[in-house]
Amino acid sequence: MTDRIAAMFERTRAEGRPAVIPFAPSGWPEPDATVEVVRAAVEGGADAFELGLPFSDPLADGPVNQLAYQQAIAAGTTTATVIETARRIRDAGIEVPLLVMGYINPLLSYGLDRFAHDAAEAGIDGLIIVDVPPHEATELEAPARAAGLHMVYLLAPTSTDERIRLAAEHGSGFLYCVSVTGVTGERQSVAEDLGPFLARVRALTDLPLAVGFGIRERAHVEAVGALAEGAVIGSAFVRTISESSPEQRPERIRAFMEEITGREPGPVPAVD
Amino acid sequence: MTSSPRGEAPSERQPDARGHFGIFGGQYVPETLMPALAELETAYHEALGDPAFHAELDGLLRDYVGRPSPLTFASRLSEHVGAKVYLKREDLNHTGAHKINAVLAQGLLARRMGKRRIIAETGAGQHGVATATVCALFGLDCIVYMGAEDVRRQALNVFKMKVLGAEVRTVEAGSRTLKDATNEAIRDWVTNVRDTYYIIGSVVGPHPYPAMVRDFQAIIGQEARAQLLEKEGRLPTVAVACVGGGSNAMGLFAPLLDDLVRLIGVEAAGEGLEGKHAATLNRGRPGVLHGARSYLLQDQWGQVLEAHSISAGLDYPGVGPEHAWLKVSELAEYAAVTDGEALEALQRLSRLEGIIPALESSHAIAYLEHLRGELGPEDIVLVNLSGRGDKDMNTVAETLGVDV
Repeated sequence: MTDRIAAMFERTRAEGRPAVIPFAPSGWPEPDATVEVVRAAVEGGADAFELGLPFSDPLADGPVNQLAYQQAIAAGTTTATVIETARRIRDAGIEVPLLVMGYINPLLSYGLDRFAHDAAEAGIDGLIIVDVPPHEATELEAPARAAGLHMVYLLAPTSTDERIRLAAEHGSGFLYCVSVTGVTGERQSVAEDLGPFLARVRALTDLPLAVGFGIRERAHVEAVGALAEGAVIGSAFVRTISESSPEQRPERIRAFMEEITGREPGPVPAVD
Repeated sequence: MTSSPRGEAPSERQPDARGHFGIFGGQYVPETLMPALAELETAYHEALGDPAFHAELDGLLRDYVGRPSPLTFASRLSEHVGAKVYLKREDLNHTGAHKINAVLAQGLLARRMGKRRIIAETGAGQHGVATATVCALFGLDCIVYMGAEDVRRQALNVFKMKVLGAEVRTVEAGSRTLKDATNEAIRDWVTNVRDTYYIIGSVVGPHPYPAMVRDFQAIIGQEARAQLLEKEGRLPTVAVACVGGGSNAMGLFAPLLDDLVRLIGVEAAGEGLEGKHAATLNRGRPGVLHGARSYLLQDQWGQVLEAHSISAGLDYPGVGPEHAWLKVSELAEYAAVTDGEALEALQRLSRLEGIIPALESSHAIAYLEHLRGELGPEDIVLVNLSGRGDKDMNTVAETLGVDV
């Protein structure tokens, strides 16, 4: 199987820019909305996509994502429908890396072996499970690795060198560096201590680094791009979706992504 | 597991270095919190080895909380049950419940660690009041998260917290009860981790909280054990405590684990186990919530369900991981009684003994009805009366259809 995540970073590095990775809960705002959301994001310049697996108690998420998760669950989104959505994204010919971001409890209920198998088979490339730090991940890592899924761990400005080494040792694909101590959500500016934090991580790993939490505009992406290989756009992307009617949604998403990636608006690029 | 788990002093053996009680417990938290948990664990172990910490804590428990709490022989209730019933009177503590034991100790710990900002979650409000109290005592900033539904049910405790100088933040998310207040407290901690100490109110959350809160509550069982030996010259046949998160029960059980005393935790069966309830160990299955693996009320997809109990303090879909471990190890039994049974028990204890128990503690009292006929007059039942019922009078009156 080709490693879509490695190929993506190879390409964005060659192009001298960070990979831009939007996030939205799967099955939201309507149960069948996600394929179009991902398609529009990719057309607007997204290099990969994080599919949120909704959880009732998302304790690392701010109000925007909490509400979206709550609505997705109420509309019938389950672990099975998230996997099915990934399959439909692949069936639609969209080939960017897909990562599932979520919390461990729904995976435990689904069964870790079964989840890793079904997710990989549906075309998912990696997992970001925010409440599973690497020292608790053993039982998830084994089936994930066996299925060919990347395990992407989070690091925070509070992470010690020991924690960074642990995440680098257990993780693959990239490391997800949380820009601030806090929950997901939009912020005015990129944290000032991001540079020293990323430098500490960089000194201890060769993995690509993606930065998330608080990135909402082009200037943030540019600032992050000078320091890291990827930028994750979460709440700002989610808000763009929630503020659009279903009819305008694809256009609004494309426009948002073009703006934030700095891509010239123009003919819609073909999705291969 | 070997043939005689009781002989291995499980309370000393558990948890392991990573905070696991068997497959339960652990640290399922965002990475941001990991250094804070390590810092807390270090500070906690340093404090445990520091005679000055113990001297200050013991002094405060004696002179401020009023410990040791009495062990009361409930003569009329004993006659009703057909066995000797002793009540461990945590209701007589300052602030009216056992919660103050662990809060005071954690307040001292926070001060040791140089954290000036305290956050807490609360369900019934007892933990919030205890936290607000200790923050006032130590001059610390205090923010308490409380679900909107609980704010409504426990208006008096909300007011008490404000009088004590705490800021009460109402949580409108999710089921608007303890679970959601806990989510919000964790979010606050993730955001303000460098200067904030999170005082968790029960034996839940990521390691080291379940073990630490248990150790700080173990004074309940240690005192009761000694008091009973003095009064009766022997240990109880059965020890009974209510279980929401499970801190008063762990406090009672931990010092009795090696004694072959039959331990019974009583959960809230709410409207009945087939309807809305909070009987996590009886009807849940293992999962991860609030940083630990334990039993959990959840749907088939792992979404956490809303719990229900007449008692706000038991209205929680999770339970401490050590209780999960005691259950699967068969070291303790877990039963459940309904809202109606608890309400009857509250009235029974009030009329037989002149003690109005908290609705939480009333669940433990209610279970005595299930032990009638099973026990003889020489059997001793030790019940943890974890809190007093003043805070519940509005709920009780409302349920009984009385205007206060």
